[in-house]
Amino acid sequence: MRHGVARFVTGFLALPVGLYLFYVVWPFLQAAGYSLTDWGGYSDRQQFVGLENYFRLFTDELIRKAFWHNVFFLVTVPLFTIALALFLAFLLNVGGREDKAGIRGVFGSGLYKVIFFFPQVLSLVVIAVMWQQIYRADGQGLINGVLMKIGLVDENDPITFMYDPEPFLGVPAVLWWLLVIAVWSGAGFYMVLFSAAMQSIPKDIYEAAILDGAGRLHTFFRITLPLLRDTVSVAWVYLGFIALDMFALVYIMTPSQGGPNHASEIFASVINFNAFQKGQFGYACAIAVALAIFTILLAALQLRITRRERIEY
Amino acid sequence: MSVNPDLNRRTLLRRAAAAGLLVTPAAGLLSACAGSTPSPSNDNAGEKSNDNPFGVQENSAVKVVIFNGGLGDAWAKEDQAVFSAKHPNVTVNMSSTQKIKTEEQPKMATTPSDLIMNSGADLMDLSTLVNEGAIEPLDDLLAAPAWEGGGTVADTLLPGTVSDGTFQGKFFVVYVAFTVWGNWYNGALFSKEGWEPPKSFEEFFALAPKIKAKGIAPYVYDAVHGYYPRWALMASIWKSAGKQAVVDIDNLKENAWRAEGVLPALEQWEKVVKDKLVLPGRLDHTQSQQAWLDGKAAFIQVGTWLKNEMASTIPPGFEMKLSDYWTVSAADKAPKDVFAGAGEGFVVPSKAPNKAAAKEFLRAVLSKAGSAKFAELTKSLASTKGSGDNVDDPALATANELMKNAGQDLVSVKLWDFYADLDKESQNLSQELMAGRLTAAQFVDKMQAAADKVAKDSSITKQTRNA
Repeated sequence: MRHGVARFVTGFLALPVGLYLFYVVWPFLQAAGYSLTDWGGYSDRQQFVGLENYFRLFTDELIRKAFWHNVFFLVTVPLFTIALALFLAFLLNVGGREDKAGIRGVFGSGLYKVIFFFPQVLSLVVIAVMWQQIYRADGQGLINGVLMKIGLVDENDPITFMYDPEPFLGVPAVLWWLLVIAVWSGAGFYMVLFSAAMQSIPKDIYEAAILDGAGRLHTFFRITLPLLRDTVSVAWVYLGFIALDMFALVYIMTPSQGGPNHASEIFASVINFNAFQKGQFGYACAIAVALAIFTILLAALQLRITRRERIEY
Repeated sequence: MSVNPDLNRRTLLRRAAAAGLLVTPAAGLLSACAGSTPSPSNDNAGEKSNDNPFGVQENSAVKVVIFNGGLGDAWAKEDQAVFSAKHPNVTVNMSSTQKIKTEEQPKMATTPSDLIMNSGADLMDLSTLVNEGAIEPLDDLLAAPAWEGGGTVADTLLPGTVSDGTFQGKFFVVYVAFTVWGNWYNGALFSKEGWEPPKSFEEFFALAPKIKAKGIAPYVYDAVHGYYPRWALMASIWKSAGKQAVVDIDNLKENAWRAEGVLPALEQWEKVVKDKLVLPGRLDHTQSQQAWLDGKAAFIQVGTWLKNEMASTIPPGFEMKLSDYWTVSAADKAPKDVFAGAGEGFVVPSKAPNKAAAKEFLRAVLSKAGSAKFAELTKSLASTKGSGDNVDDPALATANELMKNAGQDLVSVKLWDFYADLDKESQNLSQELMAGRLTAAQFVDKMQAAADKVAKDSSITKQTRNA
């Protein structure tokens, strides 16, 4: 490196790195520090308790419940979001007629793209409030109202959505209803991501495949999907983080923030309860640190599994 | 065509983006825990006198945070006027919010506001505030002379206000509103149909079929916030099993939930649900209150802030009337005790920079002029004596009437202020009972188990009540 360049670069980076260290890394370290204390959150009194908070984690029933609920989202949110996004992207790009100009998307695909992407521009809180009205558990709710009008739902027995802990396939119904929102709000973004990736696949590959007699299904599974592998794998990691969060939806939409009766408890809601309701910040920080470690391990694992040779065109 | 998975520019960018996103879910949660080193606060005392018992310093400023919920915040501005009349040189910075904990908790360990109205769904847990030494004992406020003279501040308060605000033998929370809870009904509808508001569950079950025959659901409640149905359940338990039973429950006494009278009270509610007397659906507080105003349900149980909260949508001709919670059986130990108590509590943080002015402001809030304005504007009683005397409001009058015929004790429950775990558990179980997923017996078993767990947990500071 030429003389002076190092100093020049350092000068430019010092401020942003400093800000990052102070506002991001330092709070992280503080939280890790607090996780070793019995701090209550309202005073400057705290006692060092070593790893006690971490031992407590493993005997906490609520954490165990929250863990499995997060695992449910971890599996289902990426799976359904990516499947739906791929399906939509495929239809919008190569799902339509073929003519002299080659293969194109379904009619009006430009408009659909905008509509499907729309949830992405809304804040999650707005989405949650909007879905509260859609899921409202009486005749004035959007879904209940429509279903009652056409006679599919008894007026005296509306679907209770967020208030329904009854298991469906072994998972409380409220989690499935939350999943619907998560998938709906996420699919649009990944559809655009996959669309962009699909457009970079040369059309002649498709044309060659069609000449060889491949149908729509074959072109999707034999050409599109393998060539999108990289993008899908990144999407999977991103969605994994979203699945480990889910806090806004649970906090705004479920009764008692994790209810009914703990049926939608997730890591974040347990952290919230311990820190802000129970006044056990030390313990809450321990849960948060554990969650952070879990997230990092998961991401590392994911990137390792999907790493392989790539095709360039 | 194929390349090795070396670190080229694209993968570098991809990983960097992944790493950046990676920290985001945990970032908010982790940094939520972070605080900073506090600085000690000094109270610069001014001259103390009978007119200025806490020595408020001239030209100082006091920051007051008001909870802008069911009672609104217009009354607080009247209190500010009362305060400023006596202390024109003290600046009052008043703000109002619904997010008390979200906005105030992060400042508690460093530079909190001077006076915080700790109320609403987003309030700071009281037992934690007390245990952490984060709020100031206010016994000197009780002993101070009343704003308009003639006795001490304590003398002006309604019964229950001091004991409700007392934790571990010290007075910490100044409740300014006096709330009466019970079953509300539309007087116009009842007199039109010739219905008598029931006094007991038995009468309610007899009346219910007639109400149903008119296409009205006999009962509705807030199914979103577990503490709404819990008021009703605890009131029934108090009436049926008596005061001592609830005191034992609050004190985590062994088998307190299995005391005589507790189960029968809960069984009445189980029957209400089983007989399908509740409006179908799961509504929150304002939705259920609106459904009741729209004539979809005959009874709703809630406190006296109801009228103010729903003021803009009360239909013409609607007569809001409050009746007492229903008695459980002839064997009831305290059938006449009314669920009433001081609510909407103010706290002064220990680290507040201007505690003297905060206390002085509270003295103004509890003044005759301030309380009368409070009652007038909110249609609720203040926690001082005689605040509603000059308010002409039919809904408030029924609450006054109820209080006049009340038994010797007021129903009061400390459980949820004492222990966050039991607060959450009792809310959850109340919702489950009212959703018909728990029987009364299961409710008792689960509450007892939760109470035993808290009693055994050494990380939780125990509290006791004597009366």
